[in-house]
Amino acid sequence: MIHLIDIHKSYNLNTNPLHVLKGINLSVDEGELVAIMGASGSGKSTMLNILGMLDEADSGTYTLDNTPIVKLNETKAAQYRNKFLGFVFQSFNLISYKTALENVSLPLYYQGLPRKERQKKAKEQLTKVHLGERTHHVPSELSGGEKQRVAIARALVTNPMVLLADEPTGALDTKTSYELMALLQEINDQGKTIVVITHESDIANMCKRIVYLRDGVIVEDKKIKQKKAKDYVE
Amino acid sequence: MFKILFDRDTWQEIFGSIQKNRLRTIVTIVGVLWGIFIYITLSGAAKGLDNGFDRQFQNVAINSMFLWAQSTSMPYGGVKTGRNLQLKMEDAQYMYNRIPELQYIAPRNARGIFGSAAPRVVRNSKSGDYSIYGDYPIFTKIATKFIYDGGRFINQADIDQERKVCVIGERTQSELFEDDENPIGGYIRISGVFFQVIGVHKYVPGGGFESDSDIFIPFTTFRKLYNTGDEVSWFALAAFDDADILAVEEDVKTAMRSKYNVHPDDERAFGSFNLGEIFNRVIGFSKGMNLLSMIVGVATILAGIIGIGNILLISVRERTKELGIRRALGATPKEVRSQIILESVFLSLTAGVMGIVLGSFVLAIINALTADSSTFPYTNPTVPLSYIAAALILMITLGTLIGLIPAQRAVSIKPIDALREE
Repeated sequence: MIHLIDIHKSYNLNTNPLHVLKGINLSVDEGELVAIMGASGSGKSTMLNILGMLDEADSGTYTLDNTPIVKLNETKAAQYRNKFLGFVFQSFNLISYKTALENVSLPLYYQGLPRKERQKKAKEQLTKVHLGERTHHVPSELSGGEKQRVAIARALVTNPMVLLADEPTGALDTKTSYELMALLQEINDQGKTIVVITHESDIANMCKRIVYLRDGVIVEDKKIKQKKAKDYVE
Repeated sequence: MFKILFDRDTWQEIFGSIQKNRLRTIVTIVGVLWGIFIYITLSGAAKGLDNGFDRQFQNVAINSMFLWAQSTSMPYGGVKTGRNLQLKMEDAQYMYNRIPELQYIAPRNARGIFGSAAPRVVRNSKSGDYSIYGDYPIFTKIATKFIYDGGRFINQADIDQERKVCVIGERTQSELFEDDENPIGGYIRISGVFFQVIGVHKYVPGGGFESDSDIFIPFTTFRKLYNTGDEVSWFALAAFDDADILAVEEDVKTAMRSKYNVHPDDERAFGSFNLGEIFNRVIGFSKGMNLLSMIVGVATILAGIIGIGNILLISVRERTKELGIRRALGATPKEVRSQIILESVFLSLTAGVMGIVLGSFVLAIINALTADSSTFPYTNPTVPLSYIAAALILMITLGTLIGLIPAQRAVSIKPIDALREE
């Protein structure tokens, strides 16, 4: 599904080049639930940005479902993001003046889907994240966990190949975090490939595979026995 | 592009982001609204003034002038300076022969103006002093006389038979006749001679020395009554529409100088008053007003639209994150750009339409207030539809152009930078 081969990325800060990614090789298969762990500055966010086509690698190749992701202009990148990827952010990044339903249907709007169909799909997706009752609330009327679930619904509504989650539990308390992870596991069990960036080991342990990043290289890549988040919620 | 324009969702997106900050939207709209309001009101007012001047001049031929004789100011042909000159009937034919541009020549005589004593007019126990004019029917070709129903102006038969008939003014009627009395057919005594009233003329303000109490009698009757012989007080002359009245004025005076043996350079021997020249000046003035109102209006619209661009720039900055989210979710730069531009155009147009409505409203009020005033040169202040269309097109164009700046800015921020957690 995802193939990263020898990815290098450096930033020029005050003429001092900062080498962030120093040759990343990573393959993610369909249906995996991968946690990417690392201290701040280890390059995990940069890696996610490259995976999310928000940023481009200096060298190396990135293939997503046999599509080479190379030399994208903004328009093409926007279309690929819309078609292939779903984003979940630490700070939810919902549009504050739109209701949950409108937020979820926004990616479909950019796909050019007719309005009725968008609303139907968005409603279904909100039901899937157990928010079927709160579709007409704006984000400020929702709790943190609910907001993140709206964000997940928004990420999934286009039925993307990969769900990219950047510290999805970073702004949530432990109980809500586990509830959210339970939801992600549920989605993963239905076959969705998910990449989660986190620095919390208990969250990482709820994934099926952990990739440790340090100073721009992968230091460890192991499959683990997944801990079911449901067991912690009760 | 058109698909975007007629898509309900596009407008929902636009309303959504506009409603986000209502106060700012309203203030922005007021800026442009004010501009278009000024533009509409000013050009409407200019048009009203224009119409008003037109009305002032509607009863006189634009290409007309008056000519009268004064006294020489230069010695010539052995005659010393200060010789008094008197226009004669035969001058009319002389001018027709010499100056082909002349269409009508109406000789006039008068008592009661320019210092001569007004004759006494008497009817039964009522009397008054009114100006008396001796006229030919052709005079109405130069200065229209509106005669009330049932009456008529002097005709050729009156002239030929030297009839003792007269056309009186509205004021003369009200002062000499009872309210419920029909003056037509009635008799009044002018300088001791009875005249039959054949018409009442409506007084139309429009400069000049005439008034609502003037009495017109046939030129030939006047001549007999006051024993003026061949003398003419002044000529009213009208040139053909395509003639240059200023040149005609000069030609007429040159011709008269040569006829009366006056020095060719003697400017003061004959006096003249050129309506065409006055009219041109007035037209020039109202054209200037028009231009001024257009410049002021367009400049104000421009200022307002720059305000919109400014506000949108701020709003784009505030919405950096939102736009980043949208792009992460798959909005292409083109979609982001057209959304911002549409917001700009929409704001401009809304403000514009409101300004047009408000401006028309004010014009309607002004119109209602000035409708009864016949002396104030202001009639029917309107703005041509083409002006309004031009203003709308201008606003759409400027709105698009000014929207390009914030739109480009919105697109130039990379989604990754927009989304970066602070």
